[in-house]
Amino acid sequence: MKEPENNFISVFIDEEEILVPSGINMVEATRLAGKEMPHYCYHQKLSVTGNCRMCLMEYGMPLTDRATGEPILDRRGMQKIGWLPRPAIACATKALPGIHIRTDSELVRECRNGVMEFLLINHPLDCPICDQAGECSLQEYASDYGRGYSRFVENKNVKPKRTRLGPRVMLDDERCILCSRCIRFCKEIAKDDVLGFIDRGSYSTLTCFPGRSLENNYSLNTVDICPVGALTSIDFRFKMRVWFLKETASICTESSVGVNTLAGCREGKIYRITPRRNDEVNDTWMPDSGRILHNPVDSDDRLVHYTIDGKHTLVEEAAKKAADILSKGAVAVVGSGRASVEEQYLLRKIASAVNAVSVSLVSRTGEGDGLLISADRNPNVRGALLTGLIEQLPHANLTNLATDVETGKVKTILSLGEDLTQCGLGRDLLEKSNLIYFGTHCNETGEVAHVLFPTLTVFEKSGSFLNQQFRLQTFHTAVPGPAGIRPDIDSLGKLLHCLDPETIPPSNTVDIWASMSSGIPQFAGVSVENIPKTGLLIDGSQWAQLPFIEGKSLHYDPATQQSEAMNISK
Amino acid sequence: MNYLPILIALLKAVIMISVVMGIAAYAVLAERKIAGWIQGRYGPNRTVLPFIGVIPILGNMLTRLGIFQPVADGLKFIFKEDPVPGHVNKFYYFLAPCVAFIPAMTTMVVLPFGEMDGVPLVLANIDIGMLFILAVSSLGVYGIILAGWSANSKYPFLGGIRASAQMISYELAMGLSILPAFLWANAPGSETGLSLFNVVQSQDQLWMVFWQPLSALIFLVALFAETNRLPFDMPEAETELVSGYHTEYGSMKFGLFFVGEYTHIVIGSGVLVVLYFGGWNFLPGIPFPWPAGWAGGLLSTLWFLLKVFSVVFFFMWIRWTLPRFRYDQVMRLGWAILLPLALANLVLNAILIALFENWLV
Amino acid sequence: MAFKQLARKPLNWAERTYLPQIIMGLKITFWNMLKKKVTLEYPDVRPVIPNGYRGIPTLVKDPKGREKCVSCQLCEFVCPPKAIRIQPGEIPEDSENAHVEKAPKEFDIDMLRCIYCGFCQEVCPEEAIFLQKVFSLSGYSREEMVFPKAKLYELGGTYPDQHYKWEKKRSAAEENQANGHG
Repeated sequence: MKEPENNFISVFIDEEEILVPSGINMVEATRLAGKEMPHYCYHQKLSVTGNCRMCLMEYGMPLTDRATGEPILDRRGMQKIGWLPRPAIACATKALPGIHIRTDSELVRECRNGVMEFLLINHPLDCPICDQAGECSLQEYASDYGRGYSRFVENKNVKPKRTRLGPRVMLDDERCILCSRCIRFCKEIAKDDVLGFIDRGSYSTLTCFPGRSLENNYSLNTVDICPVGALTSIDFRFKMRVWFLKETASICTESSVGVNTLAGCREGKIYRITPRRNDEVNDTWMPDSGRILHNPVDSDDRLVHYTIDGKHTLVEEAAKKAADILSKGAVAVVGSGRASVEEQYLLRKIASAVNAVSVSLVSRTGEGDGLLISADRNPNVRGALLTGLIEQLPHANLTNLATDVETGKVKTILSLGEDLTQCGLGRDLLEKSNLIYFGTHCNETGEVAHVLFPTLTVFEKSGSFLNQQFRLQTFHTAVPGPAGIRPDIDSLGKLLHCLDPETIPPSNTVDIWASMSSGIPQFAGVSVENIPKTGLLIDGSQWAQLPFIEGKSLHYDPATQQSEAMNISK
Repeated sequence: MNYLPILIALLKAVIMISVVMGIAAYAVLAERKIAGWIQGRYGPNRTVLPFIGVIPILGNMLTRLGIFQPVADGLKFIFKEDPVPGHVNKFYYFLAPCVAFIPAMTTMVVLPFGEMDGVPLVLANIDIGMLFILAVSSLGVYGIILAGWSANSKYPFLGGIRASAQMISYELAMGLSILPAFLWANAPGSETGLSLFNVVQSQDQLWMVFWQPLSALIFLVALFAETNRLPFDMPEAETELVSGYHTEYGSMKFGLFFVGEYTHIVIGSGVLVVLYFGGWNFLPGIPFPWPAGWAGGLLSTLWFLLKVFSVVFFFMWIRWTLPRFRYDQVMRLGWAILLPLALANLVLNAILIALFENWLV
Repeated sequence: MAFKQLARKPLNWAERTYLPQIIMGLKITFWNMLKKKVTLEYPDVRPVIPNGYRGIPTLVKDPKGREKCVSCQLCEFVCPPKAIRIQPGEIPEDSENAHVEKAPKEFDIDMLRCIYCGFCQEVCPEEAIFLQKVFSLSGYSREEMVFPKAKLYELGGTYPDQHYKWEKKRSAAEENQANGHG
């Protein structure tokens, strides 16, 4: 037996010894061993109920003589294993030191076959119209462990097929295998206990409690965790088959939590956004409100032309013109907490190149829900702090800037993606100044801008955000942007090059990171390639004293964050 | 001045040209039909003329036979777009089809096709008929060479070169193969030694082909080569040279090459019939059963045409039977086999004639 | 050595002239001329299309006039030249076939792209797409050759199968209702 180290224990899976962390169950242990333990009801982030019986396995412990405590040896001198005569479920079996399990024995195969047969007895087999087809555990395990034909000659059970559980979730009861994952999710994670089973036996039905409905902001997670097609998203229902979707890692921009997501798209159109597992940030969940943030990508009011005074032009011309305006001085720069770290870094360089009078950020606040939506609705305020764009937390209104414009202290405003009319600058004020605007959609600021740079949404470009934990997370291009529109870093780089011909415009995020990692001490040694999938924690102790507004949420506690930061700085 | 002889000569020429062109046109049809039949197809059988086509049985039959096809072909040649590639030498490019076509039409002048009251039916009964034919028909190759050269592209150029080489190689064998026929046909010192009419008349009892089979064979093979017919169609050779010397030609210019080629075949067949198959003589041993007067002339002409058609048919039959020779094989056959054979044949016949004249008689 | 090399038989004198062979060839081609023609005079005479022929793919309805396609998009997925485009849609709840839930809103097959491989027919779980015996299509524009759903049903017509999979499902539901369950 291998020497246990730290909290690791040794288990034997199909006679193969591996070290696993103590306390995990055998489903996880087999996963660590690189084997598959089929399961429906078990979910790594939910409590164990053990009602699907799919993860049945054989297990046994090494035998010892009860009297002496001496190990009983077989003829070869190995310790005898006392196999249990009946199978046990892996999800409810904790990994014990020395435990032996069989994941592929005759008995285990028969168990799985039997469970599959019972599950499929009343299953409607309507895969052609089922949205889960293609990512359905029932389909996968049926082809792996199923019998291939049905022995059931009686009429199948008939249940309601279109029940609206809530505004976003549709239930098909016939497909439900009663795994109760959704019930446990609502109870344990969303803390909104609305779902339950009624009736008995094969008439058991999932339903909402009388007078309640599944309408919390996390309801669509039940759709994600449903192993079959029983719960479907009303928004995504019948829109596209999942096997067409190309999934790209992205970051939710809803708040500073920085929920990890996958954008499922086909042929340049995003069809759905699903959570991506990151145990340090969002586990496997995401709020419903973040799933509709892809809608503006396809809207008709996207800006699609580089414009100087209302005339379409090329990006190079626009950059030249903008540099002309900026080099006259009296410039105020308005950054954005929605821009990526790279863009904020370039904006800071522009601000210092033109000796900006002021640099400000617009804050967006809302109520945190203590789970995956924080009070700060800007995804990347900490990026602006780290890149040196700002030193203090932003305000909601740009009153200082408004006074500066009125007094004539500021003659030119450069806004990166912020609609200034929404934060205290009237249209008349903007018309008084020269305005250079980088934006994705048509708005009033864009209308009065002298130079207009169309930019890309978060799904159309690559970059990184720094979330509330000072965790650096990257997002990638999911869909191509409108034809002819360069990534924001490209436009900013060109503008910077026009202002300061010595700087070489960066061609991608790798170039910018090369510059950032040498210029910013906290980013030393960081490059785009070495940011892990779970994100990279950056030392934010320098800003620990700032009055961040985020409250407690999943995997984030401002108090501990602060005290840890104090410790580091000490 | 009396214009009448000129007018009559002109009229005769026009009639002759029309008939030969008609035969050439229908030779094209015959080629397509025979190709079809040999390959188990029907050949052209769709072209319908407005009024004749709707006649109950006859119209349908003629349509099925493709009788109206040459009309459609001719119209197509005339109305097709005529692209001139930018890289050609314009003067020679336009000249080449004419140069190819004119000799083919000219040779018919001296070809006798019938006999009326002992007078040959021919446009110009000249003493050196055969020499004229050899001389003029050889000019046709200039058209091909010009076409190949002026087109200024690879395949036509290769086609032109092949044509000239082939023409030189086989012209010799052809000339030598004819001589024995004339040696036998004419007494020594005859003034009309190369007259075609004389040759026909000398075959009134026995056709030359039975007396001189080797000469006939050599002439036939050389004729195939001279007319660029398969298995000697080196200058065209679709599978090798796209379509050889006329690759860059379209519309009526291609049509001139095409008709010239078939005219060549028709005239060549005529010469073959005149030299070796007794001309308008009925059958071996039955020289001239035709009545006197214009009826005899007409019948002898028809009989002659029938023989010509048979030879034309043979041309096509061969084309759809034999594959194309390789180029080096063509050259070897011409220089290493046919030429020595023709020479030997000539010498042998000369000796035979000398023996025959001096000792046996 | 697995093979034996045989010396080629030398040609005799007659064979070396090739003339006998040429004459034999001429004989063959001559008799060919008189044989029955193999040409099928196409537009007048149509070939007999064997069963299993792969012509144009079309959609079919069942004998009761229900459109069989449920827009599962497997054909779109399997189609090698990507000739099939489907926009799935939901059957409204007041429809007679509401229990089928899903039907194509749009179903286009680009006949210019189609390579008649028959994968779509093979993959279809609802037996809704069949390759017909039609093999010649023509049109005046590319757009015209993209056949919409209506045209595909018009060309496909009805397929006389007797499965009535969804009918059975509905009757089972009704029976259960009558028995007081569900």
